[in-house]
Amino acid sequence: MEEKAKDIITDEQQEYIINIGPQHPSTHGVMRLVVSLKGEFVLNVEPHIGYIHRGIEKMCESLTYPQIIHLTDRMDYLSAHINNEAVCLAVEKALEVDIPDRVKVIRTLMSELTRIQSHELFWASYGMDLGGQTCYFYGLRDREMVLDIFEETTGGRMIVSYNCPGGVMYDLHPNFRKRVKEFIKHFRKVLPEYDDILTNNVIFHGRTVGIGPLPLKEAIAYGITGPSGRASGFSCDVRKHEPYSAYDRVKFNEVLFTEGDSYHRYLARVEEMRESMDIIEQLIDNIPEGPYAVKMKPVIKLPEGEYYQRVETARGELGVFIISDGNKLPYRVKFRTPNFANLSVLNHLVKGFKIADLIAIFGSLDFVIPDIDR
Amino acid sequence: MDKIPLAEFIKSLDSDLEIKEGKQFTEVTVPPSKLHSLASQLRENDETLFDFLDCITGVDYGHDLGVIYHLYSTKFRHTVVLRTRTADREHPQFDSVSDIWEAANLHEREAFDLLGIKFASHPDLRRLFLNSSWGFPLRKDYVDNDIITW
Repeated sequence: MEEKAKDIITDEQQEYIINIGPQHPSTHGVMRLVVSLKGEFVLNVEPHIGYIHRGIEKMCESLTYPQIIHLTDRMDYLSAHINNEAVCLAVEKALEVDIPDRVKVIRTLMSELTRIQSHELFWASYGMDLGGQTCYFYGLRDREMVLDIFEETTGGRMIVSYNCPGGVMYDLHPNFRKRVKEFIKHFRKVLPEYDDILTNNVIFHGRTVGIGPLPLKEAIAYGITGPSGRASGFSCDVRKHEPYSAYDRVKFNEVLFTEGDSYHRYLARVEEMRESMDIIEQLIDNIPEGPYAVKMKPVIKLPEGEYYQRVETARGELGVFIISDGNKLPYRVKFRTPNFANLSVLNHLVKGFKIADLIAIFGSLDFVIPDIDR
Repeated sequence: MDKIPLAEFIKSLDSDLEIKEGKQFTEVTVPPSKLHSLASQLRENDETLFDFLDCITGVDYGHDLGVIYHLYSTKFRHTVVLRTRTADREHPQFDSVSDIWEAANLHEREAFDLLGIKFASHPDLRRLFLNSSWGFPLRKDYVDNDIITW
């Protein structure tokens, strides 16, 4: 990189290189962006990653399957439950275990609560990135209620580690249903406030509408999934196309827009919170009775072969690819994480926009850095 | 398009390919020399239209190094798995598919960083997570002297 930067400066004297990060509030983690500018306009952005690379794929090769689940929390810590679920589903698919209905519904409920709290934090921090400090407090205030629900049932607030192969670790807390209903009632009331503060705000429109547009074709070519892809009209919701857990028995809309700019990436997430609440309301009164886990063998060995499982996290498609040689340890584990794939489009999106728009575009893609680095 | 015609169709593109119906997906084993042309045919052909590159996984099989591609079609909603391998551990090299799918750019850099697999005609093949003096940690013969065992 150093060589390249030198070349740019000597080739065209007007270009100016600045570093954003690795310690910068708007990168939401440790990532360095080497930005080359011409005046106020961005010519090129080079993301430097690896500051929080822990070698999770390498560590997985020396851990058993139930142990791996706890590492996946640490990738996308805002979608911790959904990451856990992905590994469990892959293991269960390999062993051809039938999962009780109760487990499927519990997992779906927890996944949707996870999605809501993740999008709430996105809403809060995106508002703050663009100068609306109030958003941060509103968002965190409401997110706290979901974290309390998690804490009561799972013992963890963010890093829940609630799944295990064959089911979930413990049964739901007796208060679970009551508190979820309280939360939905509260959140239905405050979500219009979110719209008043940010969605319908003229200044916010000025900062985001038409900024960093991503056409459908490019979204597919760059592999952009999740709300960012759906804002461009890419129908990529794994919950719809390859339903897992209890998603085949609930009705919900896949939020799709065609504009694909920062504003619609934001809007897709706000609308998804509404859809998630619909899913929760359909299931919360119909949690089937039964065991919360099936008994698995004490040592889980997957039959020799390859297993691929897709799930929809709050940020896009997570793929878990396990190659097993029949041992209790996996031969190779690959996590196709949504943020890593989404990062590839950043340079393409910001070219020609101003440096302030870089923050708006970067924020609208909703990166979680440990998910990129693994 | 359902599973059987997909395998038959790929067979019709090149009858030498080894095609297997896996538990989940149709799996195709390709020699490295044919990888790029097959990938671009699968991408462009109206019958398959694999326009979405899901992931690229580098694997160390002990003797061989291999790469596994998961391709997905947003129109037909089907998946195909391409696999290729080479016995050359010193200079493992495959053709880059980043000119077919832009998404391949970072995935191939990751495979290079962690397994030392090179991709010919990749626009920007540098280390991604680790610095250049580091070994290739996902290789099975990688020795970590600082490892802490518990």
